[in-house]
Amino acid sequence: MPTLASENELLLPGKRTYKSIDEQLGDIVLDQSRHGKTWFTVFSIGFLGVNLLLVSILWLLWNGIGVWGNNQPVGWGFDIINFVWWIGIGHAGTLISAILLLLRQGWRNSINRFAEAMTIFAVMCAGMYPLLHTGRPWVAYWLMPYPNVLAMWPQFRSPLVWDVFAVTTYMTVSILFWYVGLIPDLATLRDRATSKPVRVIFGMLALGWNGGAKSWHRYMHASIMLAGLSAPLVLSVHSIVSFDFAMSIVPGWVTTIFPPYFVAGAVFAGFAMVIALAIPIRKWYRLEDFITMKHFDWMAKVMLATGLIVAYGYGMEVFYAWYSGNAFETALLFNRVRFGQTPYSWSFWALMLFNVVIPNALWLPKVRQNLTALFWISMSISIGMWFERYVIIPISLTRDFLPSSFGFYTPTIVDIGMFAGTIGFFIFMMFLFIRFLPMINIFEMKELWHHMKHHDKAHAASEAH
Amino acid sequence: MANLFKPSANSAAKVSLLSLAGLPVVLFFTGSQISRSSANTGVENPLSQPIPFSHQHHAYELGIDCRYCHTGVERTGYAGLPQTETCMSCHSQIWTNSPLLEPVRKSYETGEPIKWALVNKVPEFVYFNHSIHVNRGVSCNNCHGPIQKMHITYKGRNLHMSWCLQCHSKPEEYLYSDEKNPDLTPRQQVFNFYLKLQTDPNGQQMGPQEQQLALGNEQRTTVKDLVARGNELLKQRGVKKAQLQDCAVCHH
Repeated sequence: MPTLASENELLLPGKRTYKSIDEQLGDIVLDQSRHGKTWFTVFSIGFLGVNLLLVSILWLLWNGIGVWGNNQPVGWGFDIINFVWWIGIGHAGTLISAILLLLRQGWRNSINRFAEAMTIFAVMCAGMYPLLHTGRPWVAYWLMPYPNVLAMWPQFRSPLVWDVFAVTTYMTVSILFWYVGLIPDLATLRDRATSKPVRVIFGMLALGWNGGAKSWHRYMHASIMLAGLSAPLVLSVHSIVSFDFAMSIVPGWVTTIFPPYFVAGAVFAGFAMVIALAIPIRKWYRLEDFITMKHFDWMAKVMLATGLIVAYGYGMEVFYAWYSGNAFETALLFNRVRFGQTPYSWSFWALMLFNVVIPNALWLPKVRQNLTALFWISMSISIGMWFERYVIIPISLTRDFLPSSFGFYTPTIVDIGMFAGTIGFFIFMMFLFIRFLPMINIFEMKELWHHMKHHDKAHAASEAH
Repeated sequence: MANLFKPSANSAAKVSLLSLAGLPVVLFFTGSQISRSSANTGVENPLSQPIPFSHQHHAYELGIDCRYCHTGVERTGYAGLPQTETCMSCHSQIWTNSPLLEPVRKSYETGEPIKWALVNKVPEFVYFNHSIHVNRGVSCNNCHGPIQKMHITYKGRNLHMSWCLQCHSKPEEYLYSDEKNPDLTPRQQVFNFYLKLQTDPNGQQMGPQEQQLALGNEQRTTVKDLVARGNELLKQRGVKKAQLQDCAVCHH
């Protein structure tokens, strides 16, 4: 059993001072020359993606949603797949920042800021899809219940309306939580910056933070309260997203296991994305001292655990199809698993490979300590989670109750352009964030260092006796 | 090191944060008021027309029946605008040289219809039918405002869906009946009202609902007896209240 001191040692190795922590983390923002060619290359790829996204959206708005591949009987295609995929990716941020804070897991400190930013950008990407899918995003405010001249309310019995509330709440709380957590670090940047405009900007953003006991007292309260608000969101948001399917009568959708299985899948996908982004960024910015192999080990374990829950979900779907004795459920199962029965049955086996087979390599400690392997396993999970939604959404819709209404779904170039575009947008936002805001929580690192020093002193004192 | 901000920055920050919190409320309220104002709805906003046609003069002072020009109102969905020939049935005899009527004469010569500016318009996805409303006894003024008093025609009501639904949810509060001539058909009662206005322009000798119409208000009533009478009228006229709020009634 490792002691607390040795555990902290693993999270923040090496000799340092408070000042050196400020320098190492704060200067990524304050010393702009640290962002070299790598930053610029990745940022440019993101920027190209943003342009692709804008062109796709403009084309969509100009022509209407007929430019997408969804049509009867498949009303939900790439738009909903990608919506669910992005929302899922966001969940790691909230889990790390809220639930792990409430559970007092010290190892969350160096990755929470980064993961929270990821949450916000992923929810932005996700939010675009349903808004554009309405076909008339300029009247999206109709989704909200407000006293209007139409005397109309949203249909409160529809899970799609619950989605609107779930996602907007999620976005609001995530942004608030992220910003509140940034305030002490913004004050650090304000105090360390040398040029006047930079000091003024960070000074305004820091909201007059003076580092006094009162400020810290209030900060702790606000942070715990927001964590309390966010923690249920980790469970509720993706549960509600899963209701979009589970509340319907479509075979393959109407399954009571969907909420927990979707939530586990979301955390699974989210951690995969955190790892996939953390590995290269840690290397480029030489953050090995702050994001250690211990962190990757923990994250890989969370990923393995949630991955097993997801695999259990897949097993249950098969079990339900058999146990229900429902002819339509059974038919759908065979549509998924039998090669050649539907044009997409290969995607079910791709899902099994990417999401069930490959992640099981994480049982081996050696794999969890190998960054190359971790990176590719994370990529595999991201792809696998995308296939999961692909298998659930279009395949269930293509073959429903009447053979006469069987159909097929092919995404168009605009669908693909928009998906690639949101990935570009995500990278674009992440890299702006890395350059202009502290991506690792400076004050929490200093707090950890404080605990280590304090403990060491106590330790030394007890030995002297 | 000098201070970065003056002490007044504290107040500025507080005010900014409070304003930020208040902004959605202000925006919501402003938006809702603008969308309901006549700048958006066009209510009581006379449109400029090719000929300054006066309903007050023709319909009230001269007593020409609505149906003389709006021939479709009893039988079709669209009430109809008169052909130039209808205008010329009088104006070939009177005011034959009036410069104001030059566009009418020109239209008559060339056969090209007069381009009136449309005052009342519902969106394409709303199927409004005049004949059913008139035949069940909904007064013209109820939706069009005090048309007998308009020099230049303006939109009398905002035609918002919430406005339509007031009557579609409680039609018994709105149905018109001419209590002195109960034997007339509902549509005859509707048009008879304008004959009565000839001798009683402000409706002093009329019932309370008719008086409201004469003054240009909606005829809505919540008086118990009148609502009971309204319910009777619903039965007599075969209005099926339960169906009136179905989406497909207006959005086929």
